[in-house]
Amino acid sequence: MGQGAAPFLELQGVTKRYPNGTLALSDISLAVAEGEFVAIVGASGCGKSTILRHVAGLIAPSAGRIRWSAPPAAGGIGMVFQEPTLMPWARIQDNVRLPLDLAKVPRAEADARVSALLAQVGLADFAQAYPRELSGGMKMRASIARALVTRPRLLLMDEPFAALDEITRQKLNDDLLALWRDQRFTAMFVTHSVYEGVYLAGRAIVMAPRPGRIHADLALDLPYPRDEALRTDARYATACRQVSHALAEAMRAEGAAA
Amino acid sequence: MTALRRLAPLILGVIFLLGWEGTVRLLAIPAFVLPPPSAVVVALLADPQTLGLSLWFTLTVTLQAFALAVAGGVALAILFTRSPLLASALYPYAVILQVTPVMAIAPIVLVWVGYERVDLAQLILAWIVAFFPILGNTTLGLRSADAGLRDLFRLYGASKWQVLWRLELPSALPYLLAGMKISGGLALIGTVVAEFVAGSGTGQGLAWRIVDASNRLNTPRMFAALSLLSLLGIAIFALLSLIQRLALRRWHDSEAGRP
Ligand SMILES: Nc1ncnc2c1ncn2[C@@H]1O[C@H](COP(=O)(O)OP(=O)(O)OP(=O)(O)O)[C@@H](O)[C@H]1O
Ligand SMILES: [Mg+2]
Repeated sequence: MGQGAAPFLELQGVTKRYPNGTLALSDISLAVAEGEFVAIVGASGCGKSTILRHVAGLIAPSAGRIRWSAPPAAGGIGMVFQEPTLMPWARIQDNVRLPLDLAKVPRAEADARVSALLAQVGLADFAQAYPRELSGGMKMRASIARALVTRPRLLLMDEPFAALDEITRQKLNDDLLALWRDQRFTAMFVTHSVYEGVYLAGRAIVMAPRPGRIHADLALDLPYPRDEALRTDARYATACRQVSHALAEAMRAEGAAA
Repeated sequence: MTALRRLAPLILGVIFLLGWEGTVRLLAIPAFVLPPPSAVVVALLADPQTLGLSLWFTLTVTLQAFALAVAGGVALAILFTRSPLLASALYPYAVILQVTPVMAIAPIVLVWVGYERVDLAQLILAWIVAFFPILGNTTLGLRSADAGLRDLFRLYGASKWQVLWRLELPSALPYLLAGMKISGGLALIGTVVAEFVAGSGTGQGLAWRIVDASNRLNTPRMFAALSLLSLLGIAIFALLSLIQRLALRRWHDSEAGRP
């Protein structure tokens, strides 16, 4: 947590009612410190994506507000959607360069950054390929590279690896942690996998559904850097159990309310 | 197998022509009722210059109308997607123009532009029929841009112009190309209809050659002009299919991965 100073990002009593009447979020308060890696876990439909869309500025809260220690500039926030969301008509390098093109960054500088990032995510050989020629995991890598190409201070990820197989997912988790260590962005990672959330994050926000609320906010005191060894570590197992327990509780709370 | 499949229509065509020729000769059908293919070829070669000029004339009018239809259709589609008010005000009239048979509009247009300007009437009528598929398809295409990509563009503060140019127009391209394939054929129909309705006057295109030959009961020449019209239609369709193929081959599911 940031000491004394205003937190990097703070949601204050954010409530969201969609135009069709669905109450998606109810009084969400959450502070995120600079450089933190936060996982948001919860059942389907409890408002995880809605939180990220608020933070990204894509939608406005019905009540409450979002405060920043310094408002993000254009390109200050990167986002990885559940789908790769690549432009099918553009080559991978052009897809990754899009945020820089939109900001009118000079072409030479943009190209240099794009090739460096593609190398980092292991797609150097596929710069010229079209999205349809890539596997699901490779498309996700391209999507991550695009989210990082503006060197954002905050990276939002919405179940980015949900559609991938376990092996690919673990590999991408490790790659993501390496990028996070390297680039020191703040990360908010939505997942429905407790194991993935605990593996990545320093803190887990457990949400309860209908309406979406924060049920628990758990610190995960597992040391970084993390690697495969962590998966068999007893502390990892304990943390997973703790988060799973909170999640089950959140679901039961709903059952009682319904 | 694929070679056979490619040749199959050609083989069928040859069989058909041979059967036609044989039947006409065997039954001694007079040429003014149904000329044999050989007589059509003779008629074609008898006066290549007039027919060639007519072909050229029909081609240029059709292409001009088509180009104007594409430009106008895309421009109006962009306006429609920018301004819902304009769209709801104009759309019904675009539909009226589309559903009213072009044959029925032709005499009115001819009266307006004058029978000495059949070429202008052709241009207008061809434009009217070719315009709507472009407008409809492009409007649909512009609106069908992926919602996730729209969010992405918003996240990076893209301007309206950037969204149009980098997201909406590329998304609309497959729709536009499909619309162009329909429009190309319709433009040719519009060109032909105007000349038919004019009947006489200053028509110079292939349709006029058909009307003229019909007045003289020169059926082989009618067939000669008709076959040139078909060839023109086929060429337009083939060219637009090729453009579609080349533009979408690498990325769009409709074309990618086709042999
Ligand atoms: N655009 C929208 N209009 C109306 N209701 C919406 C809209 N988007 C989401 N909702 C509703 O808001 C609630 C929360 O949706 P949200 O997408 O945030 O859930 P989620 O936690 O991300 O779920 P999942 O894990 O399935 O992605 C759901 O009940 C959903 O039906
Ligand atoms: Mg979601």
